[in-house]
Amino acid sequence: MLAVVHVLGSMLMLFSVTYVLPLATSLIYADGLFVDFVVASLVSLVTGAILWTTTRRMKRELRSRDGFLLVTLGWVLMSAIATVPLLIALPGLSFTDAFFETMSGLSTTGATVLVGIDHLPPSINLWRHALCWYGGMGIIVLVVAILPLLGVGGMQLYKAETPGPMKNDKLTPRITQTARALWFVYFLITVACIVSLKLAGMGWFDAVCHAFAAMALGGFSTYDASVGHFDSAAIEAVLIVFMLIAAMNFGRHFIAWQQRSLRTYLTDIEAKTMLWLIGLSTLGLSLYVWAHGVYPGFGTTLRHVAFNLVSIATDCGFVSQDYAVWPAFAPMWILMLSCYCANTGSTGGGIKMFRTLVLFRQAMRELMLLVHPQAVTPVKIGGQVVQNQIVFAVLAFVVLYFGTVVVLTFALLASGLDFVSSFSAVIACINNAGPGLGAVGPASNFQVLTDFQTWICSLAMLLGRLEIFSVLVLFTPTFWRK
Amino acid sequence: MKIIILGAGQVGRTAAYHLAREEANDVTVVDMDDDLLRDLQDRIDIRTVQGNAASPKTLELAGAKSADMIVALTNSDEVNMVACQVAWTIFGTKTKIARIRSQAFTRRPDLFVSTETEPPAQLAGFAVDMYLSPEEAVTAYIERLIRYPGALQVVDFADGRVRLVGLRALKGGLLVGQPIRAIRQHIPKVEARVAAIYRAGESVDPEGDTVIEHGDEVFFIAATQDIRTVMTEIRKLEDPVKRVVIAGGGNIGLRLAQKLEDDNHNVKIIERDVARARHISEQLREAIVLNGDAADEELLVEENIDSADVFCALTNSEEANILSAMLAKHVGAHRVMALISRPAYAELMQTGPIDVAISPQTVTMGSLLAYVRGGDVVQVHSLRGGAAEAMETVAHGAHGGKVVGRAIEDIKLPAGALIITLVRGDDVIMAHHDTVIENDDHVILFVTDKRHVEQVERIFQS
Repeated sequence: MLAVVHVLGSMLMLFSVTYVLPLATSLIYADGLFVDFVVASLVSLVTGAILWTTTRRMKRELRSRDGFLLVTLGWVLMSAIATVPLLIALPGLSFTDAFFETMSGLSTTGATVLVGIDHLPPSINLWRHALCWYGGMGIIVLVVAILPLLGVGGMQLYKAETPGPMKNDKLTPRITQTARALWFVYFLITVACIVSLKLAGMGWFDAVCHAFAAMALGGFSTYDASVGHFDSAAIEAVLIVFMLIAAMNFGRHFIAWQQRSLRTYLTDIEAKTMLWLIGLSTLGLSLYVWAHGVYPGFGTTLRHVAFNLVSIATDCGFVSQDYAVWPAFAPMWILMLSCYCANTGSTGGGIKMFRTLVLFRQAMRELMLLVHPQAVTPVKIGGQVVQNQIVFAVLAFVVLYFGTVVVLTFALLASGLDFVSSFSAVIACINNAGPGLGAVGPASNFQVLTDFQTWICSLAMLLGRLEIFSVLVLFTPTFWRK
Repeated sequence: MKIIILGAGQVGRTAAYHLAREEANDVTVVDMDDDLLRDLQDRIDIRTVQGNAASPKTLELAGAKSADMIVALTNSDEVNMVACQVAWTIFGTKTKIARIRSQAFTRRPDLFVSTETEPPAQLAGFAVDMYLSPEEAVTAYIERLIRYPGALQVVDFADGRVRLVGLRALKGGLLVGQPIRAIRQHIPKVEARVAAIYRAGESVDPEGDTVIEHGDEVFFIAATQDIRTVMTEIRKLEDPVKRVVIAGGGNIGLRLAQKLEDDNHNVKIIERDVARARHISEQLREAIVLNGDAADEELLVEENIDSADVFCALTNSEEANILSAMLAKHVGAHRVMALISRPAYAELMQTGPIDVAISPQTVTMGSLLAYVRGGDVVQVHSLRGGAAEAMETVAHGAHGGKVVGRAIEDIKLPAGALIITLVRGDDVIMAHHDTVIENDDHVILFVTDKRHVEQVERIFQS
């Protein structure tokens, strides 16, 4: 336990370095928050140093169960520490709301409680987006990449944080290298995204912020109207491309970079299924929305449907139109897609396409067995056999996922929220998508929630980002039994 | 270095563990058994790939294209040989090491051709740069232990000219109860050096005035012909071994029996399986082959175990080895040895009823580690169940470097690392604080804490 705190201390000290980005922004735009960020950085450094030194004697090799505790505590603690600049710069913001905002950033949800984002100081805005970006590839993965001392313990941490059911696949023999490889690719694509957005017509500052949010599939924007503020088809097109890239497995991106060839994508059944599903849905919904005459021409309809659908389905959360006013089928379908679309090893959330495929094939297998009771039919995804063990784990995950959705929805209902808002808020938070429907729809934000409801949503975001198991295991008696 | 290890059996696992511990190595392990791999990956920072070790597809998945070295350690000689050949032909892997168990293969070294020396076009054999034979190494190791009754570990350096011996100090040894420097007066003509002393599991610095106590585990180094003389300093010398009883007629048991009967020992070998017993009896000239259970007390008594000088438990099962060795000791065998793989068991047993615990992995690992570390490292021996290490390395460089041209006291080594001997040409020179190291000297070091090994290497590399 105390050994975990020791590592946590070094993580917090490392986290204080991440304040460099807003500090630089503050200097460039002279928004007068430089000192505030220095203070915030020092708070993180000193807290970390205190934790680190007081538990130095408890240092030991991390065991597999330590990973869960460390990751969950790490995420909660870093979200809490990251609120400091917000609390200093925005008087009147409660800790509850600030924590929601930072958790929403780190977990790449992109839901916000702030109004008047257009007028926020640039450094604060950048800080929100930077949190998104760190959280996208994973703060723990970042720590593993930088602190080589964690050794095998690093693998346990990596497994506890990384989304997807196939966590034993390493890209490189050493976990530190794997973590570095992932961050490297992530960084590279982000730079490409920044440049593309600039070319599409954004200013540098907006380009950086939106690229951070897009690559992390976070969905924060520097404007209340989100991407709708720009009203530019070029920007939307660029964002669509990068959101789709970010929703694919970064391991694949790394292999493609390593081999200098796109061949590896051809065998990526997950990405293919996602692209087909999103493509067909876009076309279908466009026709549907167009038939209802929401927008004048089919071209305009296609553009708005494509952007909002990709944004929510990949769990990013940018909006360009108030899609809640579309006929109910459309927003519900989009919300449903957000549960399934993102790939294993991407920065998106939800159940993940891989698990969906496994479930689907497993269901097909059961049907097959009804007809041919003697048949031997392993579950295969893209020609690879999926071990039964993984199939079971996927089933357990989906049960827990929907169980969590039900429990949290009831919690929100009990607190007085209406059904559509409760349900969509929980779905949007647990999938780390962003906007829900109803009171928390694309035109408004999570500001309307009471403190209790805000905490429920924060919890949903944490559970969703760490894929439920890593958090829930802490609440089992076996975990704490010596 | 990028290393692919084929086979996650006992030997493969130990190799992965030792190699991955060195920061510079990236290790990928290949095996058929998924569960075994998953367990391994949870313990060590490596990558694993499931599949047939000799299949080009599996090797490609494991990264053979960019690998520097392939170490084939599956329990099938044929798979190991083919895997090396495949790695060379398809991927051009530079270094290929194979584990070869069968003597039928090792007796024909022309089967294996090193691609490092031979021009690849004329390759007339399997592309194996080096082969390891764990059974052979373990047999040779046990043979040395039997030759020096009382020794816990005997390892060779400088092509066998120098030996490092570990043994427990007993009352009756001339040096016990006296400071180390007294050895000069006892045996003035013999050059020997105490390399390390362990007292109750803790390392004690072997200074000139350190007093050796009863029960200490002492490591010393000396020229091969002087070993016996020096051993009398640490404990009363026992008579040469005559009667040996071996439990288990597997590969190691049979080889040992063959060697020992050639040396005129009186050998009995107990094998449980009738067919195997018949087979080994056909291979042996004089040794008596008994068909029965080595943990059968009556059999042991009947075969006069109480007059046996050494009892070796060498079956495949370490638990069986421990039990039969304990039983043999109880019934009266003078000295018992057992093959024990797990370091934890070895630690438990060696302080208890079993005199010598032999770890087959650490014995094998030495030559592999030396090969992997490459160039200047000639020999590496794991000691005390892998906690300590003794190594032989060549000092290179101009005068004024970190090592060459310096007196030993001026070389900055990490704590627990000690230069014990130099071999210069044919001369063995015991290290004193003012001995100056020359270019091309073979330096033998003792490192009490294995974590410092890399640091030591770095000093010698520059």
